[in-house]
Amino acid sequence: MESIAINQSGYQIKRGRIEEITELTELEKLFRIVLPDDEALDHDPGQFVQVSLFGVGEAPISICSSPTRRDSFELCVRNAGRFTAALHQLKVGDEVGIRGPFGVGFPVVPLEGNDVLLIAGGLGIAPLRSLINFIIDNRRDFGKVDILLGSRDPESMLFCDELAYWRKRIDINFCCSVDRAAPEWEGNVGLITALIPGASLDPLKTIAVACGPPIMYRFVVDELLKKGIPESHIYLSLERHMKCGLGKCGHCQIHDVYCCQDGPVFNYSWVKKIKGAI
Amino acid sequence: MTQALIAKTKLADLVSFLALCGKVVGPVPLGHGQFKFAEVRSLAEMALDYIPTILPPKKYFMPQYETLLRYDGADGQQMQAVVEVEELVLFGVHTCDLAGIQCLNVVFSDRPRDLHYMIRKNHITLIGLECSDYCDSYASCAMLRNHLPKGGYDLFFSELSDGYFVDIKTQKGEQLVEESGLFEPVSDAAREQLQELRRAKKQIFRSEVPIRYQDIPRLFDETFDSDVWTRIGEKCLSCGNCTNVCPTCYCFDVMDEPDLDLTRGRRIRVWDSCQHETFAKVAGDESFREQRSDRKRHRFNRKFRYPMKRYKRMFCTGCGRCSRSCMAKIDLKETLGALMEERG
Ligand SMILES: Cc1cc2nc3c(=O)[nH]c(=O)nc-3n(C[C@H](O)[C@H](O)[C@H](O)COP(=O)(O)OP(=O)(O)OC[C@H]3O[C@@H](n4cnc5c(N)ncnc54)[C@H](O)[C@@H]3O)c2cc1C
Ligand code: SF4
Ligand code: SF4
Ligand code: FES
Repeated sequence: MESIAINQSGYQIKRGRIEEITELTELEKLFRIVLPDDEALDHDPGQFVQVSLFGVGEAPISICSSPTRRDSFELCVRNAGRFTAALHQLKVGDEVGIRGPFGVGFPVVPLEGNDVLLIAGGLGIAPLRSLINFIIDNRRDFGKVDILLGSRDPESMLFCDELAYWRKRIDINFCCSVDRAAPEWEGNVGLITALIPGASLDPLKTIAVACGPPIMYRFVVDELLKKGIPESHIYLSLERHMKCGLGKCGHCQIHDVYCCQDGPVFNYSWVKKIKGAI
Repeated sequence: MTQALIAKTKLADLVSFLALCGKVVGPVPLGHGQFKFAEVRSLAEMALDYIPTILPPKKYFMPQYETLLRYDGADGQQMQAVVEVEELVLFGVHTCDLAGIQCLNVVFSDRPRDLHYMIRKNHITLIGLECSDYCDSYASCAMLRNHLPKGGYDLFFSELSDGYFVDIKTQKGEQLVEESGLFEPVSDAAREQLQELRRAKKQIFRSEVPIRYQDIPRLFDETFDSDVWTRIGEKCLSCGNCTNVCPTCYCFDVMDEPDLDLTRGRRIRVWDSCQHETFAKVAGDESFREQRSDRKRHRFNRKFRYPMKRYKRMFCTGCGRCSRSCMAKIDLKETLGALMEERG
C-alpha cells in the first residue's frame, strides 16, 4: 500500500489560533479564533465550521460572529461531551483545526429591505448572533428588527452584555423570556412562543428566522402562521448530526437533502413538505 | 479495436499475466455457497461461476478503514492529507457490482469532489464478467436493469462456447489487451453467439417484482406512512449487516486513531450504518429516526427514491446481498411486494 500526499482534500484543516476565551456561563465558552496570516474566514451569517482537535475528533460549530468583523471569528461552544469538553480545556494561544465554512446560512438577501423577526431558543442565539451583528453593521439595509430570545433560566442566558446593548438600541426591539426563574426575576417567565402574539409586526413585510432546539420549531411556526406570516417568509435552522460537512457521510441527510450543504437554514415551505424534518 | 476475443484455453495465461504485473483480485469460493473477493495468482483459485460475494467490491474503492490525514499535534494542529492506494486489477465483476461502483463514482465525484476516492479509483482496473444465469431468488437485477452491461469497466467478458467476447471500454483496457498478446479479433460467429446469449438472457432475467423501474420511486413516496415499515421495524435488529454488505451504501464516520504517544496519529473514515440508533442523534439526545421502522424506511428510500432526485439513479443494484445477510430475514423483494399490496 502506497501513501500519496494530497493538497486539496476536503478534510484538510486550517490552523486556527485561539486569541481569546470568554466564559459566558458555567456551560458555554466563547472562543475568538484567528487564521494564519490573518486570513478572513469569509462566511455568511448562519454557516458553520468543523472544529477539530487531533486525537479527539471533530464537531460542527456555528460561527457566531458577523462576517463584517473580518480579522477573527467567534465560536460559542457548550460543554456537551467528549469533544466539547476537550475544547473547553484549551487556553489562549492553543490551536484548533478549522474546516469550512460550510452550508447555506441565513437568507441575507431576502431579508434586506424587509422587517426582520429573529427568534432564538437557548444556544440558538449563537448562530443568530452572527446575523444580528451583521444587521447592526448594515442597519440601514433592513426595516424594523425584532429579537425574541428564550432561555431555560436567567443563569443560562448567553451574551448578557450584548443583550443589554441590543435592548438599549432604539432601532431594535428586544424581548426575552425564561422558562423558569427565582421570584426576584423581573422579566417574562414562560416559553418563547408566548412572546410571539404580543409582537407588533406587519406580517406581509416581515421575514422570520428561528434557531433553537428542534422541539421549539413546531410551536414557533404555529404562532408565526397565526400572526399571518406567510410560510415562505419563515426560515429555520435545522440541527443534524454531522461528520463530513461535504454532503457525503450521510449523517445529516433529510430525505434527498444534505443539511450540511443544502442547509442548515431552510425555508419553511420546504420543511413543511418533508416528513420528519422538524 | 473496441472488441476482442480470448480463447478459454488462454484465460489462465491472462490471469497469470495480470498477476505478474500487479495485484489481482477475483471471486474466491469460501464453501457453503459463499464467495469473497480476494487476491489471486491464478485462474484456478477463482470461481467464475459465483453468486454475489459477501462483501461487494466497494471494499477496494472505499476501504472499511481509510486514512484521510496523518496528524502531529506536538506543535499546534499539523497534518498532511493522504490517500492510500494500491495498483489493483479486479477480475470478474458482475454487472450488478459494476453498477454499484458507478453509484459510488457518482457520489464521490459530485461537488465537492472526494479526492481520496477519486485518486484510489484511478489505480483500479475493472474487468467485468457477464452472468448468463440468475444467482438465486434474492437477486433482483432485472427489475433494476442491471443484468446487462452498462459501462463502468475497462474490459468486459461475456462467455461464449469456447471463448470470451471482450468489450474494450477504455485506453487502459486496450493497453492490457495489446500487451498481453493473448487476444484475437472478433469473428462474425462470435458476434452471433453474443447476440444469442443476450436473447437467452431476455427469457431468464425478468423483472422479479411486477413493477416497472420508473414507477418504483413513486411507490416509496406513496407508502411513506405504510404499516409495512412498522412491521419490518419490529423484526429488524439494527445490526447494520444490510448496509455493510450493500455495494452502494457509502455512509461513514470520521474519527481519530492516536498513536501510543498520543500526539501523532491518523484521522480515518470507517463504514457507518444508518440502521444504528446513534447515527442521526444530535445534542440533547434528540434523534430524528428514533424508531427502527424510521431507519428501515430511510434505508429503502435512500435506495429507491431520494437518490433519483439527487443523482438521477437508483442506489439498489439488485444484488440481493441485504436479503441474503439479514438475520431477521427482512427481504427486499418481499418488502417491495408488501408495499405494492398495501398501496393496492
Ligand atoms: C450545524 C450545527 C451547528 C452547531 N453549532 C453549535 C454551536 O454553535 N455551539 C455548540 O456548542 N454546539 C453546536 N452544535 C452541536 C455540536 O456540534 C454538538 O453538541 C457536538 O458535536 C457534541 O460533541 P461532543 O463530542 O462534545 O459530545 P458527545 O458526547 O459526542 O455528544 C453530545 C451530544 O451531541 C451530539 N453530537 C455528537 N456528535 C455530533 C455531531 N458530529 N453533530 C451533531 N451532533 C453531535 C450527540 O448525539 C449528543 O447528543 C452544532 C451542531 C450542528 C449540526
Ligand atoms: S441486516 Fe436485517 S436486521 Fe440487520 S439492520 Fe439490516 S434489516 Fe435490520
Ligand atoms: S439494497 Fe440490497 S439488493 Fe440493493 S444493492 Fe444494496 S444490498 Fe444489493
Ligand atoms: S455532514 Fe456528512 S453528509 Fe452532511
